[in-house]
Amino acid sequence: MKRIFGRTKSLRPLDTHYCSGCGHGVVHRLLAEAIDELNIRGITIGVTPVGCAVVAYDYWDFDCVESAHGRGLAVATAIKRLQPEKVVFTYQGDGDLAAIGTAETIHAANRGENLTVVFINNAVYGMTGGQMAPTTLIGQKSATSPLGRNEKTEGYPLRISELLAQLQGVYSVERTAVDSVYGILKTKNAIKTAFQNQMENKGFSLVEVLSACPTYWDMSAFESLDWIKNKMSKVFPLGRIK
Amino acid sequence: MAYIKLDQEKCKGCMLCIEVCPKGQLKPGVALNKKGINPVMFLAQDCSGCTFCAIICPDTAIEVYK
Amino acid sequence: MNREQRTEDRGEKVLLSGNEAVAKSAIDAGCRFYAGYPITPQNELIGYMAKNMASSGGIFIQSESELSAINMVFGASASGVRAMTSSSSPGISLMQEGISYIAGAELPAVIVNIMRAGPGLGNIWPAQSDYFQAVKSGGHGDYHCIVLAPSSVQEAYALTFEAFVLADKYRIPVIILGDAMLGQMMEPLSVHSQEFIVHSKKLRTKSWAATGCKDRKPNVVKSFYLNLGDLEKFNLKLQRKYKNIQQKEQRYEELNINDARIILVAYGTMARLAKQAMVSLREKGLKVGLIRPINLWPFPQKIFQRLAISDKRLAFLVIEMSYGQMLEDVKLAVNGQQRVEFLGRSGGGIPTEEEIIKSSLSLLSS
Repeated sequence: MKRIFGRTKSLRPLDTHYCSGCGHGVVHRLLAEAIDELNIRGITIGVTPVGCAVVAYDYWDFDCVESAHGRGLAVATAIKRLQPEKVVFTYQGDGDLAAIGTAETIHAANRGENLTVVFINNAVYGMTGGQMAPTTLIGQKSATSPLGRNEKTEGYPLRISELLAQLQGVYSVERTAVDSVYGILKTKNAIKTAFQNQMENKGFSLVEVLSACPTYWDMSAFESLDWIKNKMSKVFPLGRIK
Repeated sequence: MAYIKLDQEKCKGCMLCIEVCPKGQLKPGVALNKKGINPVMFLAQDCSGCTFCAIICPDTAIEVYK
Repeated sequence: MNREQRTEDRGEKVLLSGNEAVAKSAIDAGCRFYAGYPITPQNELIGYMAKNMASSGGIFIQSESELSAINMVFGASASGVRAMTSSSSPGISLMQEGISYIAGAELPAVIVNIMRAGPGLGNIWPAQSDYFQAVKSGGHGDYHCIVLAPSSVQEAYALTFEAFVLADKYRIPVIILGDAMLGQMMEPLSVHSQEFIVHSKKLRTKSWAATGCKDRKPNVVKSFYLNLGDLEKFNLKLQRKYKNIQQKEQRYEELNINDARIILVAYGTMARLAKQAMVSLREKGLKVGLIRPINLWPFPQKIFQRLAISDKRLAFLVIEMSYGQMLEDVKLAVNGQQRVEFLGRSGGGIPTEEEIIKSSLSLLSS
């Protein structure tokens, strides 16, 4: 008997602090697997966010830099410019990348920085207790939109991937979802491709991952995956955007 | 027959593996682990080694052997 | 390298503005990353970097904001490279978050503030009203930056060079605090000759930097200590470092203090006017001296403490282009044991030589 599935080297054998059914654990693993399969662990530098994934550097077994909230792509820009032979990625949530860090995100993308971005969209602020995110759906209840997001006062869910795809500096943008075995395998492929793009100097590559937050969606883990399939993916359509 | 090793202490009981197992080889357990939840149990009767459970597991609690 | 040029260093003489001198010094000190956002009155600095960074083998980025600039410096420093940003008062306010993170991650970095008048948009005239922000630390958390205040273009060159050495030595952000006048004025200065210029590749590699874990255990650059107790332990370590710096890095210039009855206290450009007033008063036979703090943090307390406990009665006249900011540090050091008076203007107003002389004379007669 041979082990055909197990923990990869770049993922430390630790219990994560994530809630039951949270998508972060899956994406952490996919990133680590992609890095090990590409054999780039020794030259990878991850930039971790502020948000639920703030201590991702504890779970990964490679060099990491912890950035201020939203500033990941400014930090990563400098790291990559100074160490072009390394593989540099940012891991950012919707609040980090699409609210407080919008300027850093758009300008790094527009400069065509040769970086890989893994963007976790779970339509809510998890770390701080389930407040409204820029990607919260219309009608979705949160701690700061208790009656449901109202587009008249809170605006619309921000499709930042589509927005970024408009920029000339951006090489590739893809949206996937970790809502099924198929979706997870597809996400891993997308992340791997985004790394390969960087290694081939193709430029800015972003993978947006629709990811479950059962705790603040007030659902079971399985219902959350269903909600991604039936609700979230309607607002944030999956597939290659650019 | 293939089999899985399920780390009961890593399991957070989200039960997604139960949902995706095509052979119905996983079910909610009875004993509590240190986290205070019921980890999933492996029945070990008819595992095909498809790895679906390990792929969906957010806590990397499952190893698959074939 | 000392603040004063080494005697054997026969670098050429050039004519530069304060802004350009800071930029040139940074490149000569091995700075290989600069990010900045345009703001008056420091635009010559970013312009010099844009022109010269690439040919020096470094990276220049015009960032989308000061927020981004300081975080780029964070990333550059985390990569183990000497890095700098510059701005003027409102832009430095935007950078405070990043400076706190740099302090918290114990990263070396140099931040240049060519001060203009505030608050708010204020105006672009010279001022020293960011003293509190620089010296007391404008961001959140218990931290300090080393703050250096040059008063001439030559000293701007020398202190910027030294700023990089101090930043690396203590793993701390170092602020160069100048004002619009220093940034804009041109003066001849001697720069380092080739043999004293730092070649960035020859600098010692930083074992803590994030450069890929190929031949070692992974490094993490961070300022986050979630578990109760860890942060307190780290903060105590920072405090020990600060105490050590306070002991070792008190720079100041003193003139005629031994027989003085009045000691003028001023820094940066203001000190040049104070010095002129002192010379005029001395010509009148009045016993006036000057202390010019060169480090604003750590503040050169020792010299004030020594004078404060002397038997003779003294008066300190603190002169600022702000309304009593450094005054507080002088008062703390003197600790009520001698008289401390104040003369200041702000909003672009500068205490004149006549005003300083008048204040000194009224102090002497009271």
